[in-house]
Amino acid sequence: MTQRAIPLPTDESGHHVVPVRLYLMIFGALMVLTAVTVWAATVNLGPLNVVVALLIAGLKATLVILYFMHVRYSKPQVWIFVGAGFLWLAIMITLTISDYLSRGW
Amino acid sequence: MAEAAAVVAHQFDDAEQQRDSVSLGMWLFLIQEIMFFGGLFLGYTVYRYKYSEAFRIGSNELELAWGGINTVVLIFSSLTMALAVHAAQLGKRKAIVAWLLATILLGSVFLGIKGIEYTHKFEHHLVPGPGFHYEGSHARQVQLFFSFYFVMTGMHALHMVIGVGLLAVLVWMAQAGKFDSAYYSPVEMTGLYWHFVDIVWIFLFPLLYLLGRDR
Repeated sequence: MTQRAIPLPTDESGHHVVPVRLYLMIFGALMVLTAVTVWAATVNLGPLNVVVALLIAGLKATLVILYFMHVRYSKPQVWIFVGAGFLWLAIMITLTISDYLSRGW
Repeated sequence: MAEAAAVVAHQFDDAEQQRDSVSLGMWLFLIQEIMFFGGLFLGYTVYRYKYSEAFRIGSNELELAWGGINTVVLIFSSLTMALAVHAAQLGKRKAIVAWLLATILLGSVFLGIKGIEYTHKFEHHLVPGPGFHYEGSHARQVQLFFSFYFVMTGMHALHMVIGVGLLAVLVWMAQAGKFDSAYYSPVEMTGLYWHFVDIVWIFLFPLLYLLGRDR
C-alpha cells in the first residue's frame, strides 16, 4: 500500500517532503471551493442546498486530510485508523438520522 | 543540532517505530475528537431538521461576512502550519519559527473576529439564557439555534486557544534548537491538531452560516 504514494524526495528520517507548490495548489483549491459554497448557498436548490454544502465541505476536508495532514503519504495503519474513525462517525450519523427521518411513517 | 532530541525511548526498536507510534497515538486522539464534534454536529442536524424554519431564521441572523473572512483566515493558517512542518522537515530553524508565528497570528485574528461576533450577539440579546430576546416567531426554537451556535463555535474556539498555546511552546522549542530534520514530531503532531481544528470549521461554516441563505 505504501507503493501508492507518489515518489517524492525524503528527509533524513525517511518522511516524504511535499513540495511547497503542491501546498499552494491545495490552498488555492480550498479558497475556490469556499467561494463556490458561499455562492451556491444563495441559490435556491430546495433540499439540495444541504447536500451541496456538505459535499463541498467533505471535499475540502478530504484535501486537508490527504495533503496538509500527509495521510496520502502515510503508512497503511494510519489509513486504517482514519478510515475507522470516519466509519464509526458514519454509523452514528446514519442510524440516528434514519430514526428521526422515519418516525412519521 | 539537537542530537539529544533524536534519542529513541527504550521501549522502541528504532526511530521509525517511535515515529509511527507517535503518529498513531495522535490519530487516535483525533478520532476521539471527531466523535466528540460529531455528536454536536449530529444534535444540530436533528434539531435543524425538526425546527427548520427557526434554524433558517437563526442562520440569517449570523454575520456571513465575518464567517467567510474567518474561513479564509483559518484555511490560510493551515497553509502556514503545513509550511512550518515543511521547514521542520528540511531542518530550517528560522523558517519554522517564522511560519509558526504566522500561524499564531492568523489563529489570533480568527479568535478576535469571533470575539467581535460574540459581542454583537450579546448586544442584540441573542445569547441564550434569561437575557435572550427575539421579536419574531419561533423565538424559543431560535434560542435553541443559538445554544448550538455558542456551544459549537465555543468548543471550536477553545480548541483554537489551546492550539495557539501549543504553537507558542513550539516556537520556544524551535528557538532552543530542539528540532532538526531527523526529529520534529512535536511540530508535525501539533500540525495534525491544527488541521483537524480547521476541518471542524470547514463544516461549521456552511452548516451554521450558509444553510437557509437561499431565501
